[in-house]
Amino acid sequence: MKKDKIVSWLKAITAFMLITVHIAPFYILINMSLKSPGERTSRWMPPAKLHIQNYISAMEMGNLLLAIRNTLIIVAASVVIIVMVGAMAAYPLARKVTKKNQLILGFIVGIMMVPQLSILVPLYKEMVSLGGINTYWGVIIVSATFNLPMAIYMYTNFIGTIPRELDEAAMIDGCSHMQVFFRIIMPSLKAITASVVIWTSVGIWNDYQFQLYFLQKPSFRTITLAITTFFTETKTDMGAAAAAAFMVVLPPVILYIMLQKYFVKGAMDSAVK
Amino acid sequence: MKKKNIPIDLLYIPALILLVVFVVYPLIYGVQLSLTNWNGYSPTYKYVGLANYQKMIHDKMFYTALKNTLIYGFGSTALQTILGILYALLLQKKFPGQTLARVIIYLPAMIASLIMGYISYFLVQYNNGAINDIVKLLGGQPVDWMASGKRAVWIIVMINVLQFVGKTMIIMIAGLQGIPDSYNEAASIDGASYPQRLRHITLPLLLPAITTSVVLNLIGGLKLFGIILATTSGGPGYSTHSLSTLINYLYFQNQNAGYSAAVGMFMFLFIMVISTFIRRVLERKVADLS
Repeated sequence: MKKDKIVSWLKAITAFMLITVHIAPFYILINMSLKSPGERTSRWMPPAKLHIQNYISAMEMGNLLLAIRNTLIIVAASVVIIVMVGAMAAYPLARKVTKKNQLILGFIVGIMMVPQLSILVPLYKEMVSLGGINTYWGVIIVSATFNLPMAIYMYTNFIGTIPRELDEAAMIDGCSHMQVFFRIIMPSLKAITASVVIWTSVGIWNDYQFQLYFLQKPSFRTITLAITTFFTETKTDMGAAAAAAFMVVLPPVILYIMLQKYFVKGAMDSAVK
Repeated sequence: MKKKNIPIDLLYIPALILLVVFVVYPLIYGVQLSLTNWNGYSPTYKYVGLANYQKMIHDKMFYTALKNTLIYGFGSTALQTILGILYALLLQKKFPGQTLARVIIYLPAMIASLIMGYISYFLVQYNNGAINDIVKLLGGQPVDWMASGKRAVWIIVMINVLQFVGKTMIIMIAGLQGIPDSYNEAASIDGASYPQRLRHITLPLLLPAITTSVVLNLIGGLKLFGIILATTSGGPGYSTHSLSTLINYLYFQNQNAGYSAAVGMFMFLFIMVISTFIRRVLERKVADLS
């Protein structure tokens, strides 16, 4: 059994080295966010004195509270649309497997491959004529649409595992499809809805491609756009930039650490086909 | 009296409307705009036929972006697949530090790639960059890492790998868990060494997981945008542009919306064709094995 122990130790040492490499960027980020601009030591050295001021200037200069509020509005509204429209769409696709419906599912899954940037020009022009630039709804509806295919895919797979007998019994009792969907299917989708909500919230929290173009007024600035201003306009205060970036990555990271299982399962659900 | 039951298929109509209005319609409209000389803001424009596509053929900037897009796509995919498999093999079974390593390696996937790019900027910066600090500590001269486009392209690949290798690792771990222990045990009893087992049992059985992650990483790498924007914005010159950043540049900085739309249509087709082709090839291999 001695060989096993050595192998286990070697693994632990390798894992430790990997952790060191992968954590390094975040260590530097936190370190910088706590150093005063006057302290000119190496970025690897911890700060001599904690400089919390960076966080205060980050909040003020970047107007982060407003940015967080804007992002939360966009995330919440998009997620509601994704869950409602996505679950509804998945029900017939999972239950009535006809040639037509399989084609439609294939089309929906295929949409996932369309790169957002490839339709930037026409989508932007379309949004201008619809009056969706510098509005919440413009960004919300586009973010929801682009995240919809993955949600429909996850819901369809999940509804496939709910026994059909349930809906058939309800139909015999005189329920319509709508009633079956809202009374039988919806309540049993809690677990998968949690995955969809977590997954799409993080995705939209981190999104910037649409926000970059659709929200140009400072009053609509979202978190990723707020961070961008620190790195492009005022490249002088790196401490505040680091503090702002840290505050913005913290919520998804905390969510991930608390709900690891969902994320790992989500990564597998969304991938293993 | 029988209650009138609406057809169940109506339930996916709202989803289809959204997808058609905000994805399919822009794709078709994109073809139309790519045949114009629209500048991005004026209300009028002229049709110029295939001029934008002809321009593409002779545009050095486009070729650079295309070449870089291939490096971002295939370079990242190769590194992510190899590292992802190694990480998964290491972190598959329980040992002290296993869970922590998994959590930390997957962590960057939670972050916007734009912000991942900004964080990496602290590492690769010329003045006071964290990597140059180490170089100086070892007695070397600090290097301006992003000053050469050729090197910057590969640094961007590495940042992308660092961010998403965890996702590949998770898919590979799921794949490994699907391989029955008895296969490896039986081979072990027959005297097969670890490399032999890896080559003849584990890797072939991992092929479905490899297929999935290769396709995902390829699409991710080919449309890489945020990290480039954050670290080099396509520079120095235009040496690190990808098709994504080129589309962005042509539209918003170069007032060349018609041409930008043409590059967009090319990018859409290009990614569709490459990822479908790779998927076919890999799936055929999976089918041959089973």
